[in-house]
Amino acid sequence: MSTLTYLQAISSALRDELRADERVLMMGEDIGVFGGAFKVTDGFIEEFGADRVMDTPLAESGIIGTAIGAAVVGMRPVCEMQFSDFISCGFDQLVNVAGKMHYRQGLAVPITVRLPSGGGFSGGPFHSQNPEGWFMHAPGIKVVAPSTAEDAKGLLHSAIRDPNPVCYMEHKHLYRRIKGEVPEGVFETPFTARVARPGSDLVVIAYGAMVHTALEATDDLDGASVEVLDLRSLVPLDEDAILDSVERCSKVVIIDEANVTCAAGAQVAALIAERAFESLDGPVVRVASPDVPIPFSPPLEQAVLPTVERVREACRELLAY
Amino acid sequence: MATTKIAETALATEESAAAHLQLDDRVWLLRAMLLMRGLEERAMMLYRQGKVPGSFYDGYGQEAVSAGAAFAMGPEDRLCVLHRDLAAHLIRGVEPARVLAQYMGRATGVTHGRDGNVHFGDRKVGCVGMVSMLPDMMLVATGMAMAFKIRGERRCALTWFGDGSTSRGDFHEAMNWAGVQNLPVIFVLENNQYAYSTPLDKQFAVNPVERAAAYGFVGETVDGNDVEAMFEATRAARERALAGEGPTLIEAVTMRMHGHAAHDDMKYVPKEQVEEWRKRDPIDRQDARLRELGFDVDVLRAEVKATIDAATEEALASPMPDPATATDGVFCEGEAEPLDDGQAPWSGFHS
Repeated sequence: MSTLTYLQAISSALRDELRADERVLMMGEDIGVFGGAFKVTDGFIEEFGADRVMDTPLAESGIIGTAIGAAVVGMRPVCEMQFSDFISCGFDQLVNVAGKMHYRQGLAVPITVRLPSGGGFSGGPFHSQNPEGWFMHAPGIKVVAPSTAEDAKGLLHSAIRDPNPVCYMEHKHLYRRIKGEVPEGVFETPFTARVARPGSDLVVIAYGAMVHTALEATDDLDGASVEVLDLRSLVPLDEDAILDSVERCSKVVIIDEANVTCAAGAQVAALIAERAFESLDGPVVRVASPDVPIPFSPPLEQAVLPTVERVREACRELLAY
Repeated sequence: MATTKIAETALATEESAAAHLQLDDRVWLLRAMLLMRGLEERAMMLYRQGKVPGSFYDGYGQEAVSAGAAFAMGPEDRLCVLHRDLAAHLIRGVEPARVLAQYMGRATGVTHGRDGNVHFGDRKVGCVGMVSMLPDMMLVATGMAMAFKIRGERRCALTWFGDGSTSRGDFHEAMNWAGVQNLPVIFVLENNQYAYSTPLDKQFAVNPVERAAAYGFVGETVDGNDVEAMFEATRAARERALAGEGPTLIEAVTMRMHGHAAHDDMKYVPKEQVEEWRKRDPIDRQDARLRELGFDVDVLRAEVKATIDAATEEALASPMPDPATATDGVFCEGEAEPLDDGQAPWSGFHS
């Protein structure tokens, strides 16, 4: 075990995969000589060369499209979007070419798309988004979102070794803020949920950075026993784990940092309404960003993103229901 | 717009093509075009009988573009095939019965009913099927070529796309990427005069073949209705690609002789334009060439018709897919299956 930041854990997984499998290559803007906008691939080009740590043209559709081509002839490309927001420019290739390939032609597309996502530091409307819901709605694409350093590494190993397109949502606000014990070497974390803290009075369901918001908000909540379920994977969604938590806790708060409409949490809420109605002792409560672009100025941004205070308030209200 | 240039280079092209094509090759080229046209005519008949769901798209009059280009590609090369390029699939080795079954949405079609028309690629013959968002496959072909180059393999990738595709960003991203990385990829621009109903003058202000130079590689205009000229241009482009000389853009000038799809009466195309192009029919031209060489084309035509009849019978007898399988196969559950090598009948690969 060693103590790594969330960012170091991502780097560690990438380095291990480049060392273990010559089919793996990194593709992205400014990831080679510069080491990436967030320095995730710092020093990689010296060890692995410019072919495998590729500085690409500034062309997101090009990055995803060429990665698909490389993947179907046997490579394992890992694409970095400099910010997850830019995947909008590669959306068509990912959704229409990669996502539908295996269903139509039996041809696997083993690509991992790293999507530095999320807000909280004045990135503004084009550097703060959480686009995971776009891809949950598109068949054929897996979506994972680690919240801890250990899962950041384990889920990335699993994503790169998965024969399907995987969107790997790495939350920028966790990069250097979160540290944790990480096992040495390669280990694969399954695409399932994890109980971040067990409890029995209420469960908060979250993923990514919101897991930490949930933990902080409910750490000492008037003595209530609050469970936090970290989804880790959005596609596939661990329905059994969700239903199990709801059955035990009977009250549910679901948090999304993403815009509220059709966010991952909406699917979780629908699942609970359909399959756990009898277990509920109160309405399903959602806390999410309203349907606005993420604003730049700190007071505006804080008014939009789900904060510890908003989550705490939502939990208190539901516990009193 | 490019006819003068074509006329200037036609003679040289013909001599060069003749140097690389045996009689068997020339027959192969005609056979591929006859099979494509015959299968598409048969499919149109099946469509009118209500046996082909959705609409139907064909490549009538454009057969030389896919036949000539695909014929120049080696078994280990990889192709992303467009919807008016059926001859490429046939040359690579996709069986006619599977093509007709594909059109009819049968379980034995290439995509087992998951997709229709020529929206298919047979993994087992090294082809990747297109998507409707054109020209997305230019980037996929570029990525294949990128992998070949990284691994130091002597192979290339080829894809087709239309004149309308030159307006979209992926055309420019792929051309730029291929130029920057000097990749072994061949782009075949199938200029068939119309993108659905939109004519060329509403699509681009400069002939797109000139854009190749802007991206740093060779662009060439070819008579897309001459199958041997298409072969020769592609053969030369492939040679350059394998020699590390980078991409080529081939503009194949042709004409879409039918509507965009079965429902389109193409009222927007002047009748004289169609009649003019009918005189340049690619099958008639190759037929005449072979008759001049003393080859019995009628025997070939009869053989092709018999093949299509047998394929029709087989396809009509094949089952529709089981509705219970509609949600299967969205994800790959096991190991990723590779793209296998395709058939490559050109004698140049066997001598």
